[in-house]
Amino acid sequence: MNESRREARTHARLIALICLAVLFFSPPLVLIFDRPAERGLSWLPLYLFAIWLMVIGLAAWLMEHRQEDS
Amino acid sequence: MRTDPVVLTVAFGYLALLFVIAAWGDRRAEQGRSVIGSPTVYALSIAVYCTAWTFYGSVGRAAESGPSFLVIYLGPTLAMLMAPFMIRKMVRIASTQRITSIADFISARYGKSSSLGALVALIALIGITPYIALQLKAITLSHAVLVNYPDAAEFRLADESFWVDKSFWVALVLAVFIILFGTRHLDASERHEGMVAAIAFESLVKLVAFLTVGVFVVFVMFNGPFDLFSQVAESPRLVGALGLDAVPGGATGWVGTLVLAFLAFLTLPRQFQVLVVENVDERHLKRASWLFPLYLVAINLFVIPIAMAGMLLPVGNSDPDSFVLTLPLSAGLEGIPLLVFIGGLSAATGMVIVETIALSTMVSNQLVMPLLLRSKRLQLSSQGELAGWLLGIRRVAIVLILLLGYLYHALIGDSYSLVTIGLVSFAAAAQFAPALLIGMYWRGATRVGASLGLIAGFFIWVYTLLLPGFAQSGWLTPAFVEQGLWGMAWLRPYALFGLEGWDIYSHSLLWSLLANVGILVGVSLFTRQSPLEQTQAALFTNAMNPELQHTSLWRGQTTRGELQSLLSRYLGANATARILADQKSNRDNSDPAPPAMIARAEQALSGALGSASARVLINSVVRGEALDLESILSILDTTSQTLEYNRRLEQKSNELAKIGEELRAANERLRELDRLKDEFVAMVSHELRTPLTSIRAFAEILRDGKDLPEDKRIHFLEVVVLESQRLSRLIEEILDLARLESGRLTLTPQKLDLVALTQHSVDAVHRLQEDRGVTLQVDIDVDEAPVIGDPDRLEQVIINLLDNAGKFADDDDPRVRLYLTQHKQHYRLSVEDNGPGIAPVERERVFEKFHQIKRLSSSAGKAKGRPRGSGLGLPISRGIVAHLGGRLWVEDAPQLQGACLIMELPQAPE
Repeated sequence: MNESRREARTHARLIALICLAVLFFSPPLVLIFDRPAERGLSWLPLYLFAIWLMVIGLAAWLMEHRQEDS
Repeated sequence: MRTDPVVLTVAFGYLALLFVIAAWGDRRAEQGRSVIGSPTVYALSIAVYCTAWTFYGSVGRAAESGPSFLVIYLGPTLAMLMAPFMIRKMVRIASTQRITSIADFISARYGKSSSLGALVALIALIGITPYIALQLKAITLSHAVLVNYPDAAEFRLADESFWVDKSFWVALVLAVFIILFGTRHLDASERHEGMVAAIAFESLVKLVAFLTVGVFVVFVMFNGPFDLFSQVAESPRLVGALGLDAVPGGATGWVGTLVLAFLAFLTLPRQFQVLVVENVDERHLKRASWLFPLYLVAINLFVIPIAMAGMLLPVGNSDPDSFVLTLPLSAGLEGIPLLVFIGGLSAATGMVIVETIALSTMVSNQLVMPLLLRSKRLQLSSQGELAGWLLGIRRVAIVLILLLGYLYHALIGDSYSLVTIGLVSFAAAAQFAPALLIGMYWRGATRVGASLGLIAGFFIWVYTLLLPGFAQSGWLTPAFVEQGLWGMAWLRPYALFGLEGWDIYSHSLLWSLLANVGILVGVSLFTRQSPLEQTQAALFTNAMNPELQHTSLWRGQTTRGELQSLLSRYLGANATARILADQKSNRDNSDPAPPAMIARAEQALSGALGSASARVLINSVVRGEALDLESILSILDTTSQTLEYNRRLEQKSNELAKIGEELRAANERLRELDRLKDEFVAMVSHELRTPLTSIRAFAEILRDGKDLPEDKRIHFLEVVVLESQRLSRLIEEILDLARLESGRLTLTPQKLDLVALTQHSVDAVHRLQEDRGVTLQVDIDVDEAPVIGDPDRLEQVIINLLDNAGKFADDDDPRVRLYLTQHKQHYRLSVEDNGPGIAPVERERVFEKFHQIKRLSSSAGKAKGRPRGSGLGLPISRGIVAHLGGRLWVEDAPQLQGACLIMELPQAPE
């Protein structure tokens, strides 16, 4: 019972993470970061890599530490 | 070093190394020490997603259309995040149903339909062959660049003979590799351990090669990323190259490609092969769901720097697709270009190997086998073993697929840039997504709906992507692309129904998926499922339900002998013996076979031939209703209902248990109260009887003793009066207590000064304490202490506290100290003594009714003329203080070492 509840919790967090990732990778937010910096290049690639790594980090944390986490 | 012999030796040496690794992997598997039983190897094998198209094409795409290449990898990242829900379910279904390919998966979901399986296999063949061609083209092209640099790698395949083309020989070597390591087992649902090990190795090689060239370009050719990007920013030609404006189709194109990559990652035959069919353990998904995206980040890290560097530096104006090679070549290096070439070769061969295995399984199981089973000649030749045939078909299919790929490459490949073919294939594979995903979650999707949807989606894909591509290659007249079919503008392939301004992939994906999903859902709502379809739909949608695993589905009858001969015809004698092994007994071959055995036989056949053919074969030997579908459906329905009931019952019983607990606690409390009441009554009677007894005794003496001396009579009368006073005081206290407890105590709260009240109380008891020899010390720290209270009652409390302290102070030198302080928004009146103190466990009990602390020298108190208390003073005091919103408790005395009673009252508002 407790095990399945913990699983459901992890799943809920994972769903939230997926929604967040979709939001961050899609136009309204992508458009915001599509601005040239002072020297002329767009921030977009840097933004994408940063968000990408953040999402992966969160996913890794969710997947690997579910035992310790209550 | 870049001479042909060296390059060829290295390239074919690398391919030989793959053979060694695969052979080693297979041998380890036979010894039971699998090398692929690790989530890391699993994640690396999924990286077969990164083909030569990633290796060379990403840089080209970044150079031409900015960050759009990243979307191709963001889609799979999202898909892998969903692995614990979606891919896990696919893996579970595939392992219980012994699924061999995505065509088999879709065919099994829709009632093991062989026509649907054939349709999927056909679409995959048409859609994916160009992709294989693309890999071969990348090999040819990279080889030409490597050998001819700095001359332009101008070549026309058609001008040369095919045996000069290196990719033809590579394709041949790969065919040998795939036949050796991809068709070892007849059972296609078994893992190809050696092949997966080789693929994982190839993923490492291509990553290392790409990172090496990336580091070289950024840190050797330039002084780090800042140097590179500041040079880029100064070049007006490149400003804006990284923005969304460079992406074809802008924001729409962005979303379209994201969706396309997401769907294709799940539906490309090779991805299905490594993700689902070759999955050893469901739990590996957990690690892979973040490790594989991390791999994608790593392999994409240097794409933009390399693309920018290629556009900044004069590298012979070569094709951006080969910047990865030409940049280190332009720096005059020899080793790194060779490493890059090997990296590209590993990316290309990895894809070709897995894709060819997946396609050949589909072709043999979904296209050829159903036809063979129908042909009469084969049915009759029941003596010969067909196991060899099956493997033969698969091997021929492998060679044919590779040849087809090579042919495509040789005939049409020149006109396409790498990325174009890749996305066209993606869009073809994405057509499987509705049948696959909707089928996994919606039980109502029917075979007819799925087939029609698939056909519609496929034709729109052909019309909007494939045919215009042919037109670009000069195979068709380009007129229909510009003017539309038969000159009708609304039929233009790149602007269907007048939808303009979209990039061609998003445009094609929108229309094809719209038709596909729309027809699938619409037709499903108006068609009926056959009983087998209903069962399969239920089994697929409820796959995660653990209770469904062990339902035996077979009801029909056949004999052991018939089953055995069927299996040995298709699987060979050894495999048959293994499947029927645990049924070994000396029973006759004419005995009926048990249902479990029939089920196992069908599973074994499914693994080898695909589910549709297996069903046909089993039906050919089983008499009567092979599968009791009605009862299976009712089992499935009742199982899910039972689960629901169980869940509700569990909930109810939990609630009941909780209520029971509460009731027990309440009962316990009531018993305790009852006991306290009895004790109280006993106490009260006892306390009342003591003075009454002495009054009565003295009164009787006075009545009977007429001749008592006068002084004695007066003394006795005084005793009677004192005892009566004590009695009435006691009764007064009991009444107070009763009022307090029933809440009928009437207080008249008013604002008063606690300092004045304390002084007044101290004056009242001062004489009495002095008489008893008690030293009373009073320290008042505040000038005034406004509180809300009933003055009479508060005075009663203070007097009671002082009285108590006097009683319990030291026998020889009794001292009591009263002090009044302010503590935050409260006033604290503390009374301490120098007596023995109160043990911590006793501290709360002194507030219980009639509780009297046993003094060590109990007689001493009385001897000094200090009377015992009734044991009601403190409970009453606490009740009064609580009524006034304050608290009363016991602590250790800070100065006099005895007990300290503290009364705290809130400050009155201004």
